[in-house]
Amino acid sequence: MLALDVQHLTRSFGRFQAVDDVSFRVGPGEIFGFLGANGAGKSTTIRMLCGLLAPTSGRALVNGIDVGRRPEEVKKSIGYMSQRFSLYQDLTVAENLRFFGQAYGLAGRPLRERMQWVVETVGLAGVENRLTAGLSAGWKQRLALGCAVLHEPRIVFLDEPTGGVDPVARRRFWALIRDLAARGITVLVTTHYLDEAEYCEHIVLMQSGRVIADGSPHELKTRCLGGSLFEIITDDPVSTMEHFQREPETLGVSLFGVRLHVGVRHTDPDAARAWLEDRLRAYGSVASYVAPIVPSLEDVFIHLVEDRAGEAT
Amino acid sequence: MNGSRIRPVIIKEFRQIRRDRRTLGVLVLVPAFLLIMYGYALNLDVQHMPTGVYDADRTPASRAFIERFFTSETSEFFYRSHTVTHPSEIETLLMSGEAALVLVVPAGFSETRRRGERPQVQVLVDGVMSSTASTAIGYVEGVFRQETIEILQRQYGRNASLPVVFEPRVWYNPEMRSALFLIPGLIAFILMIITVVATSLSIVRERELGSMEQLMVSPLTPGEMILGKLTPYALISMAATVLVLAAGGLLFDMPMRGSYALLALATFIYLLGALGLGLVVSTMVKSQEVAFLLASLITLLPTFILSGFVFPISNMPVVIQAVTYVVPARYFLTMLRGIMLKGVGLEAFGRELFLLTVFAGAMLGIGALRLKKILG
Repeated sequence: MLALDVQHLTRSFGRFQAVDDVSFRVGPGEIFGFLGANGAGKSTTIRMLCGLLAPTSGRALVNGIDVGRRPEEVKKSIGYMSQRFSLYQDLTVAENLRFFGQAYGLAGRPLRERMQWVVETVGLAGVENRLTAGLSAGWKQRLALGCAVLHEPRIVFLDEPTGGVDPVARRRFWALIRDLAARGITVLVTTHYLDEAEYCEHIVLMQSGRVIADGSPHELKTRCLGGSLFEIITDDPVSTMEHFQREPETLGVSLFGVRLHVGVRHTDPDAARAWLEDRLRAYGSVASYVAPIVPSLEDVFIHLVEDRAGEAT
Repeated sequence: MNGSRIRPVIIKEFRQIRRDRRTLGVLVLVPAFLLIMYGYALNLDVQHMPTGVYDADRTPASRAFIERFFTSETSEFFYRSHTVTHPSEIETLLMSGEAALVLVVPAGFSETRRRGERPQVQVLVDGVMSSTASTAIGYVEGVFRQETIEILQRQYGRNASLPVVFEPRVWYNPEMRSALFLIPGLIAFILMIITVVATSLSIVRERELGSMEQLMVSPLTPGEMILGKLTPYALISMAATVLVLAAGGLLFDMPMRGSYALLALATFIYLLGALGLGLVVSTMVKSQEVAFLLASLITLLPTFILSGFVFPISNMPVVIQAVTYVVPARYFLTMLRGIMLKGVGLEAFGRELFLLTVFAGAMLGIGALRLKKILG
């Protein structure tokens, strides 16, 4: 059974379509990256998937349950961690865990065992009786994750979980996410950090309420560009760049120091290289280095977003 | 509704209240403190009025007449603060406020009386505080009436009396102490403000911090959450009520002539209305500061002015009287005075209890619906 099966999900506020015909599927135990700029519709989608907001049309199956019809049932099988730290600052770590466990119907021995498990798994041993307000951002973030997985949800939604924490804490947090996924928990995470997106097995990119890319990071890098990417070093990078920009065969050119990145419409790397070398000769540029490179996610997203922006105007 | 999910919310709320000493202090101690403050300061009784005396007659008869104002019976009301020797001093005394009234016995007082004519005695009263002045005049008239009766008795024998005898009997508050009248009002006033402010703040705080969102993705329903959050405040307000009643009994000899069960019932329904109002306030604002302002604004003035706490509703213009019907303290006050001072039961204020219940139901209903809408 799919963890998430989203079909033509749409939500409008008045005439504004915050989420517009969104479809994607997420398998169990996947680390699923949900990306897009602020206002792209990520949060609205998540709110619908968590049963906080009813879809205008379309439907979403969360752990096989239609969330638009039976939101209360979905709530029992999901965990949620919001972008703002939203636990009780004036309760201790253990009191927060106990309260959220009880809110999900845990009690007695199972509750104690789950609390023990969370404390060990997310690394909160020793601070159980400290007031939450006094913890550092990294600790709070792990506590929030702990509260979200306490009731053994099959899927957790992490809405920008790593905002405002240092790189070491971020790395530790991602190790935790991988640990959870290894136990079969599906993790949906939204983030602004593209290096974090590389940790995901599956990515969906949203823009203006629509899905504009869907696949693994590797697939996106090789497929979405619609061609191949080359790095070139020449004696005259600026005029070479200007020449390439005029070519209809070129997908995009950008200059990184003395290195040119040129996207070519040919998907076959050999044909692309032959075309590039032919053009360089025609411009009279002397190239000391021409090699295919794997684009970064950043290259892909900038390309996709610019492409869309170009279509829109 | 699932009791096993409401209980943790109640426990959590109590923990938070316990850690927030300031709020706990405000909820439990401030009501009793306010009662003591207002109870002593808000005193409408007229006592120990400084009285100037100008005796232009200076005879044994005039002195005997003047003494009537300062006997052991009347000394509670008047004390002789100044002895005036020249008429020009009278105005100075009244202007400076050193004397509240001045008694002027004209020259020839005893001579006139001996001739069997009517001597005139003047009483000048400072009328700036109109209620004090009219009370003073009432006391003065009492003294004069007593004097008249004694004159008649001297002339016509011991059984002589006025043609029509006026014998007032004041029930429920025979000493006419304003404290007995004001304390029920204070109880209504204090409970309303404290409860509405505390409830609205506690809910708005969760929305402000984002923890409300965390609760809404859990299986907790809005109804369970509302009930769980309101219960602790209802219990604390009830405890504050007990403290206030105890303070009223111990410090102001507030009697309790009616049924405690009825008092508890009336207070409980009144508190439900206040909790509901707090809930409604919490759905209308986004920050704790605004919640505090709005909650104080809608409880403070109406409960103080429009409930009949100090100012009788029957004296108000018709339009304002109409407004008082939506002030729940109005009904609670009538019931409190009835239960505590008169010892009457439901037969006397079934209507008030009914309207109070309607108010509580309406507020809780509107609040819960609005909150559900906001959270969903």
